Amino acid sequence: MAEDTTNLVTINIDGKDYQVAAKQNLVDAAQSVGIEIPHYCYHPKLPMAGSCRMCLVEIGMPMRDRATGEPVIDEATGKQKIGWMPKPAIACGTSVSPGLHVKLNSKMTVSSREGVTEFLLANHPLDCPICDQAGECTLQEFSSQYGKGVSRYRDAKNVKPKHKSLGPQVMYDGERCIRCTRCVRFCRDILGRAVLGVTQRGSHSEIDCYPGTQLDGNYTLNVVDVCPVGAMTSKDFRFKMRVWFLKKSKSICTESSVGVNTTVWSREGKIYRITPRENDAVNVAWMSDSGRMLYKTVEAETRLTGFRRGESEVTFDEAADAALALLKNGASAFVASGKMSVEEQFVLKSLAAAVGGNVYLAKTLGENDGMLISEDRTPNRRGALVTGLVKDFDGAEVSALAAKIDADEVKTVFVCGEDLSSLGLTEEQLKKVEIVYLGTQKNATSEEASVVLPSSTVFEKAGTFINQEFRLQKFEAAIPGIKGTESDLTILSTLAARASSSVATDVSVASVWEKLRAACPVLANIDYAKIPDTGTLLDASPWANIAFPETGSLKWKPAK
Amino acid sequence: MATQNIKVITRKPLRWWEKLYLPQVLAGMKITLGIMLRKPVTLKYPFERPVIPKGYRGVPTLVKDQNGREKCVSCQLCEFVCPPKAIRITPGEIDPESGNAHIEKAPAKFEINMLRCIYCGMCQEVCPEAAIVLQGEYSLNGYSRAGMINDKKRLYELGGTIPDPVRKWDKKKRA
Ligand code: SF4
Ligand code: SF4
Ligand code: SF4
Ligand code: FES
Repeated sequence: MAEDTTNLVTINIDGKDYQVAAKQNLVDAAQSVGIEIPHYCYHPKLPMAGSCRMCLVEIGMPMRDRATGEPVIDEATGKQKIGWMPKPAIACGTSVSPGLHVKLNSKMTVSSREGVTEFLLANHPLDCPICDQAGECTLQEFSSQYGKGVSRYRDAKNVKPKHKSLGPQVMYDGERCIRCTRCVRFCRDILGRAVLGVTQRGSHSEIDCYPGTQLDGNYTLNVVDVCPVGAMTSKDFRFKMRVWFLKKSKSICTESSVGVNTTVWSREGKIYRITPRENDAVNVAWMSDSGRMLYKTVEAETRLTGFRRGESEVTFDEAADAALALLKNGASAFVASGKMSVEEQFVLKSLAAAVGGNVYLAKTLGENDGMLISEDRTPNRRGALVTGLVKDFDGAEVSALAAKIDADEVKTVFVCGEDLSSLGLTEEQLKKVEIVYLGTQKNATSEEASVVLPSSTVFEKAGTFINQEFRLQKFEAAIPGIKGTESDLTILSTLAARASSSVATDVSVASVWEKLRAACPVLANIDYAKIPDTGTLLDASPWANIAFPETGSLKWKPAK
Repeated sequence: MATQNIKVITRKPLRWWEKLYLPQVLAGMKITLGIMLRKPVTLKYPFERPVIPKGYRGVPTLVKDQNGREKCVSCQLCEFVCPPKAIRITPGEIDPESGNAHIEKAPAKFEINMLRCIYCGMCQEVCPEAAIVLQGEYSLNGYSRAGMINDKKRLYELGGTIPDPVRKWDKKKRA
């Protein structure tokens, strides 16, 4: 819920006054002042259901005389009397209003929570040791915090399906499900496909797909994220690692120019899963299933390791010298990529300036899926404009490079992570030139390359991307680079420094930013260290005449 | 030290039976023989082993239940709680054909580094399945560092069987 600070109301929680934004419910309002009201079915990004009753609290309003409308004053204190409701009310369904009084520790509130917890646990299995949710399970947390700690239920527990496959990515455990219907609402209201529903009755009810359908599509794993318990599990992450061992790093999805905010979960240099990170302006709290699988590129079969010159493995130093020797022959060209970070594009620009040569920008387009994958399938083509690596997109089309190769005007091509054959160059054209390949994965171009410089995936380096709406977003390194690779920034900075016969001393992102700010007017006021987690919108007006391929995503529409 | 006060004592001459030596030798033999005939108080280690008291915290092991089911479900709580980080687990899924598919999870790999283990027993205390137990084995040795890491196979060899009185998983299977 967006906070509207101009419209504040005062509410009283446990005898203390708080200023909170109006037009929100009590759960969010309490959250905004750092107070937790336990809840299961309510999810801030989904419509309210009010079905779990965990958020029951005792509430009251200042009393007024029914006949006259005058405030009723308590003689003893001289203050307006509070009319407490005789029954508790659900906080998720209560909008804050001026003077609202709430008791979070009264007997009524406490016993309501204990009662709800006892009912929820009556048929709940003792699965925590094998349950993937353990460690991030609200049922676990709230039961220990607000539950009674004992059960009076003596009958046999209900038996339900324990591994029901709902779709290609999602496994369902009926016994762990608390029927909060968050998953049902996600499908119905966010995906617009009411695939899931509740079947059976009472304590036998469970979640199932509508007959003849399954939970498919590219956004199904969000169901696992919204599920407060371990009922919905990801087939990919199932039984892989306990969440308490995992380190969280803030990252940006490289799947498309939407720039979905993500959290990368890793342990000791190995990534186990990627989940969406909340950003109301970009991806709300969702992300695609395909984007979640991108961590597999780190240990992919096709991953490049070990610097190579011709057929022989060489050191980074030797490879850099070999690359420079090729680049300095006076007829070089550069193929940049939207997969590179802003900083890398900027350093590539100085390398291209030092050795001379045109810069081309690869274009990878696909279909817009109407949610969080845009037409442009690289995260940072805008960065090439902002850093001045290219002037516009049309002048930097790779097809122009093909013509130059045919005319023998180009002898060496420096390729950044792109496959030239899939960009329209023929095998003969590739064979005609010397190729220096900087990238993470093997492809037809790297196979043809005279020098291969293996670099880092997005998870192994830090930097920034500029997404489709010119939002500058920061990503941090989740894991250290693997053996036999160097970060792109180190490689490019070393080449650029040697090209102008100096030595790259400081190749950190922060030091590149010093120069970026001086060189790029729209970045002049930006402090790298202070870019907020949700990114900063840049002034896009210098590029207003460029026709971008994107037609809009979940939270963004291009200006007409 | 010039003014040291030294008193010179002359040794008394030995008497005749002292000159014989034999009484002293016999007295010594008496003690030796007396002890030789008594029950020995030491153990002939390593040929004889001491009786290990109940609750002794020896080498941590993994145990199976009376049906030969491995009790560990790879919850990794012991790995988390282990103060010197001696435990390393790679969780895995149980083969659906194995008859224990209802338990879903078991360790694919389980390693305890006995160069790190401090025998604190925290793993045993934290285990929700009573699967890891510090038992009577105390003597361990190896020719290399790698040899001091007990893998899953060795851990089950050391552990053997400890019956499960609750049999919750059997009940679950029947349900
Ligand atoms: S859903 Fe939560 S409480 Fe239930 S078994 Fe899983 S971790 Fe435990
Ligand atoms: S599967 Fe999870 S999200 Fe869906 S109703 Fe059950 S508990 Fe709620
Ligand atoms: S031995 Fe016990 S505590 Fe350790 S992983 Fe197995 S079940 Fe969990
Ligand atoms: S959160 Fe479930 S009823 Fe309010």
